[in-house]
Amino acid sequence: MEMQQFYYDNKIVKKFLYASIVFGVVGMLVGLILAVLFLFPTLTHGVSFLSFGRLRPLHTNAVIFAFVGNAMFAGIYYSLQRLLKARLFSDFLSNLHFWGWQLIIVAAAISLPLGYTSSKEYAELEWPIDIAIALIWVVFGINMIGTILKRRERHLYVAIWFYIATFVTVAVLHIFNSLELPVSAMKSYSVYAGVQDALVQWWYGHNAVAFFLTTPFLGLMYYFVPKAANRPVYSYRLSIIHFWSLIFLYIWAGPHHLLYSSLPDWAQNLGVVFSVMLIAPSWGGMINGLLTLRGVWDKVREEPVLKFFVVAITGYGMATFEGPMLSLKNVNAIAHFTDWIIAHVHVGALAWNGFMCFGIIYWVIPRMTKTELFSKKLANFHFWIGTLGIIIYALPMYVAGFTQASMWKQFKPDGTLQYGNFLETVTQIMPMYWLRAVGGTLYLIGTLVLVYNIIKTVQQGSAVEDELAEAPALQKITAGRLKGEKWHGWLERRPIQLTLLATVAILIGGIIQIVPTIMVKSNIPTIASVKPYTPLELQGRDLYIREGCVGCHSQMIRPFRSEVARYGDYSKAGEYVYDHPFLWGSKRTGPDLHREGGKNSDTWHFNHMWDPRSTSSGSIMPAYTWLYDNTPMDYSLTETKMKAMKSLGVPYTDADIANAQQSIQTQAAAIEKNLETNPDFVKSYEDSKQKAAAKGEKFVPMKDREIVAMIAYLQRLGTDIKVKK
Amino acid sequence: MLKFVQQSLETIAGVAVYPIISLLICFTFFVGLFFWVFTYNKDKIKELSELPIKD
Repeated sequence: MEMQQFYYDNKIVKKFLYASIVFGVVGMLVGLILAVLFLFPTLTHGVSFLSFGRLRPLHTNAVIFAFVGNAMFAGIYYSLQRLLKARLFSDFLSNLHFWGWQLIIVAAAISLPLGYTSSKEYAELEWPIDIAIALIWVVFGINMIGTILKRRERHLYVAIWFYIATFVTVAVLHIFNSLELPVSAMKSYSVYAGVQDALVQWWYGHNAVAFFLTTPFLGLMYYFVPKAANRPVYSYRLSIIHFWSLIFLYIWAGPHHLLYSSLPDWAQNLGVVFSVMLIAPSWGGMINGLLTLRGVWDKVREEPVLKFFVVAITGYGMATFEGPMLSLKNVNAIAHFTDWIIAHVHVGALAWNGFMCFGIIYWVIPRMTKTELFSKKLANFHFWIGTLGIIIYALPMYVAGFTQASMWKQFKPDGTLQYGNFLETVTQIMPMYWLRAVGGTLYLIGTLVLVYNIIKTVQQGSAVEDELAEAPALQKITAGRLKGEKWHGWLERRPIQLTLLATVAILIGGIIQIVPTIMVKSNIPTIASVKPYTPLELQGRDLYIREGCVGCHSQMIRPFRSEVARYGDYSKAGEYVYDHPFLWGSKRTGPDLHREGGKNSDTWHFNHMWDPRSTSSGSIMPAYTWLYDNTPMDYSLTETKMKAMKSLGVPYTDADIANAQQSIQTQAAAIEKNLETNPDFVKSYEDSKQKAAAKGEKFVPMKDREIVAMIAYLQRLGTDIKVKK
Repeated sequence: MLKFVQQSLETIAGVAVYPIISLLICFTFFVGLFFWVFTYNKDKIKELSELPIKD
């Protein structure tokens, strides 16, 4: 048979790996800054773009899409070429993919701190960047499928199936969750509202974890673990079951993020059932990965790469055991909104994704530079300090989670809340937040050690940018089944058919959930007293979104006695019908705000946002001093925003839109009048007037500043169905 | 307690068929998967699982 010579493209793999390392350090560093902000909330005082709410999405996006994403592309491009015995389809597409992706990351790194966010978790980027993501993702897909089509290995190894599922599903998820109506170059509203938005978002959010952080890495596990151990996967049959059942089941489980919320019960229960079933394929995969090392466990002692893989797969097993547990309603009632969830995701991110990335980096770089790793000792050090970091991160967060939940739910014998002041439940867990920061620091130190080790390795080696390889050309055979060929043997060499089948598998669960969602749209019980936001409140809500308040405050009171006693009547689906996007949140570092309206005076909010510790001793909320700047709030887009809302189904009348500016003035003036009842305010207001005059600046009345819009929104929250006393 | 949301599905006409369809889809899926995997012959499986090692 004629042997063909060709070259593997190592350059693109190297680029993605380097980008992963650089952005890994950045993402972890931002994470550490956030952890420190819990301890020193005034650390970035007065700097809007370094405030907690704006940095949090930067951290999650950097870690998921920049660190893990780049490593994923590197791993896929490395293994794909070798499993298919072919160079990547197109060098141009490879480079377009690389530079496009990095540009998206840079756009995210700039726009998120500036407050451009859709507020939907892991999908915060605004619409122009969303479009860029979709385009670059398609480039990745074409490049991958093109490579598959020009392969020299007839059969598609199971790792490639995982890559294909990743491509297809992320595309579907990203497009449907990012459907939004632009109102300006960097601002849009989700086309879904309230309950629908929540369901679509968590169908996305859950499956972003599944198909961005899990399936591609399982594919990588099926390639790199056998490679590093130099023996085939424990059971190829199991890997087939693992693949199909995982992608089929995962897509249904999204609603477990919304248990006890206003999401209809049937959808919640569907999410629970499928989440529980998920443990089977997940653990099947974990066992398959770990048992691949049967008979070579002695190698694990010597080879740091295998150590990283073992802890990664173990972390995967722990996180996927915990996932189904957390989706049980009784467990979720405790864990949801607490730091338990933070522990859960970090076991996944630090152990599973992080350690898989590190293992792959340590394995691939020496092979692409024709040398040995500079220092195994340092790699071992990285392994141990990283593992210790994970433990010191996760354990305190579990303790913090349980403590929070127990304190939130504790009643006195007389039937009132034991810890009625939410802050007591925050100050109680401060030691845990300290430990978490220590754990994170250790993990980051490990990563820095990796950076040093890799730099030294690359320096001592010589780069092999185009690696020569040989393989016989693939003989053309019939597209139909050969004589005696089984149907799955046929299917597994037909990439297009395989891709279609995988698409069907993921769409079934999606459709079964999304179709009723659309039906539910007409079934959400409307509440007559729920009215659209006034123009000022609408603008205030956009400030709430800009500042990332949703990162720490939920707007979803679950139907528990403890929550009703603390926050007020539980939340109803019908209350959110005008919420584009929904702002239910997923974490309560601070209290729920769904019934905040009318609880505190305008003056209280004014003082609280200026200096949270002046009204709430021990608070760890950042101050929002820039909302008080002597600059007028930009109301120029109000009418455009209202028109956009109207086209999404919010019943603003033409008169409402025409009178928007007038309405803003009236409502804002009323708030300023309320503020003037406070003598301290009057005094400092006069002072600032004089200051502005001294500086020769134009003085902007308080009613025209951002803080007033924010107060208007906060005072509106949950008041629609409040019984007037 | 959840009186505001409980009726959401009940009001969809013919919703009873929904869980039955779901069950059938799942059942068929896993039976199909079972056949997929256990009709493989041993040599082929061995050959496939060695793909990453051989490259």
